[in-house]
Amino acid sequence: MTDVISFKEYFDALLEGKLLGLKCSDCGAYTCPPKAVCDSCGSRNVKRVELSGRGRITTFTTTYVAPVGYDKEVPYTVAMVELEEGPWIVGRIEIENADEIGQDLIGEEVVVEGKEYPTEMFYPDKKRRVVPVFKLVKA
Amino acid sequence: MEKRDVAVLGVGQTKFGHHPDKSLIDLFAEAFYEAFNESNIELKDIQAIYYGNFVGEMTDGSANLSGFISDEIGLKGIPARRYEAACASSSVAFREAYLAVAHGIYDCVAVGGSERLYNAGTAIGTRALATAVDGLHEMTAGLTFPGVFALAARLYAKKYEIPMEKLHEKMAHVSIKNHKYGAINPKAQFYNKFGDLKVEDVLNSKVICSPLTLFDCCPMTDGGSAAIIASADFAEDVIDNPVYVLGTGQSGAGGLFRQKEDMIKAIPRKISVEMAYKEAKVTPKDIDFVEIHDCFTIAEIIASEAMGFFEYGKGADAVEEGETWVGGSIPINPDGGLIGKGHPVGATGTSQVYAAVKQLRNEFKYNQVKDAEICITDTLGGDFGTLVNIILGIHRRK
Ligand SMILES: [Zn+2]
Repeated sequence: MTDVISFKEYFDALLEGKLLGLKCSDCGAYTCPPKAVCDSCGSRNVKRVELSGRGRITTFTTTYVAPVGYDKEVPYTVAMVELEEGPWIVGRIEIENADEIGQDLIGEEVVVEGKEYPTEMFYPDKKRRVVPVFKLVKA
Repeated sequence: MEKRDVAVLGVGQTKFGHHPDKSLIDLFAEAFYEAFNESNIELKDIQAIYYGNFVGEMTDGSANLSGFISDEIGLKGIPARRYEAACASSSVAFREAYLAVAHGIYDCVAVGGSERLYNAGTAIGTRALATAVDGLHEMTAGLTFPGVFALAARLYAKKYEIPMEKLHEKMAHVSIKNHKYGAINPKAQFYNKFGDLKVEDVLNSKVICSPLTLFDCCPMTDGGSAAIIASADFAEDVIDNPVYVLGTGQSGAGGLFRQKEDMIKAIPRKISVEMAYKEAKVTPKDIDFVEIHDCFTIAEIIASEAMGFFEYGKGADAVEEGETWVGGSIPINPDGGLIGKGHPVGATGTSQVYAAVKQLRNEFKYNQVKDAEICITDTLGGDFGTLVNIILGIHRRK
C-alpha cells in the first residue's frame, strides 16, 4: 500500500501543529517531508503517520541578505533539525541572539510548529508559505 | 561500447565581471569565437551546440536560448540545446558533448555557457540562485546559497570538533589564496583587487549568512565561456596541442534535508569523482592541479576532501598550511576560482575547462603550475546536488 501526502496536506497539518510523514512497511524508516518513496530504502510500501514533532538542532545560520520576496523578514535564522524519528527538516528558529549563542545552539531540543507567511512570486504555493518554526523546549 | 578518445581544440572566456551592455548571447558569442579562432577549423565543422545557462528566465527574461544562439553565432540550423543544472550547467553540457563525441554521434561540437547575475542585482540574483535549493521545503524557510554553506560550515565545525571561530580562520585562507590568484588574472572579476587580504579582513567583512562573511562568498558575475571539442583523431589533424578528455563523472542528490550530516562528506562528489578517476585510469596522486567549485570558502575545503586529496576533516588545515597553494602538494584554483575570478553560474564549468586547458598548454602566464600534465575540474550544482568532474591531460588515455 502506498500513501501519498501532497504538500498542501503536509503544510495544512503543520499549521494545525501536526507533522506528517511516511513510515516504511519494509524497512521501518520514517520519511519527512513526505515523498514518493521511502527515503531510506526506496520502497513504495509506505504508510502515513504523524510524527512527534520533537527533535534537536543540528545546524543553523542567520541570514542578513535575503532574496527578493524575503527581504522584509531579515534577519532570520534558518535551522536544520534532526527529528526523533530520524529525518531532518529545514525551518526557522525565532530567536533574537542565535549568533551570540553560537555553536552551543546545536543539540538544543525543539518542537516544530507551522507559521503562515505571505507567499512570493516564485513560491510553488500561490496562496501562502507555511514555514516550519522550531521552538526551543528549554526556553 | 568502446569510447573514442576526445580532445579539446580551443577554449574561450570573456572577462568576468559586470556586463550591462552585453546579452547572454553576446557573452557566449565572444567566448565561442575566442575558442573557435584557436581551433583551426571552419564553422561548418561544428555539428552541434551544448550550451549551459541557469537562470536566463529571471535575469534576462530569456529561455529557449540554444536555437537563438546557433543562429546568432553563424551556426544556423544545427542541433543546439540548453543544459540547466544550476552552477554545474556548462559542466553537464561539456560532459554530454564529450559523451556524444566519444560515442561517435558527432566529430566536432561547441560547448559553453553564459550568465548575467551581476547585472540582475543582489536581491533578484540571490532569489535566482536560491531556485537551486528545494523549491518547497528549503525555500519556504528562506534558505539562500550562502545559507546552505553556512549550515555546512557549522556542521563541519561540530562534526570535526573544531571551534567555529578557529574553523573560520582556516576558511579565510581559501579566500586569501583565491583572491590573490584572482587579482593577477586579467579575466577575473577582481583583477587588481583584494590581492593582499588578511585573515582579519575576511572575518571582519559584512556578515551575509552567519558565520559566512562577504569574503567567504564568491561574487555575482556576468560572463561567458566556451570550448570546441572533437574526436582525438580529428583534433590531431588540425592542431598541434590538443588537450585530451581523460574521464568524466556525474552524480546527484536531493535537498540538504535528505543528505543530512553526509552533506559535509559530499557523497555525490565521491561517486562522480570516482567515476572520473576510473575512466581516466588515474588516482588523486596523479593529479597536478585542481579547478574546484569554491562558491564559498568552506565549499573548497569540503570538495578537496571528497575528491581524495585530504582526509575528511583535514582540508581546512591543508589550506592554512599552504598545501593547496601553487607550489604546494596539490594546487587548487590557480586562476582564482569562483571567489577570485567570479561565478557566472552557467559559464563556470567551461571556464574551469578554459583555465585547465591554458595551464596544460603552458599558456597560463600569470600563475603557471610547473610541468602540469593532468588536471581535474569539479563543479557543484545546487546544495551538494549535481556534481560533475572532468579530467583533462596532455597525453591520450593509457
Ligand atoms: Zn524503507
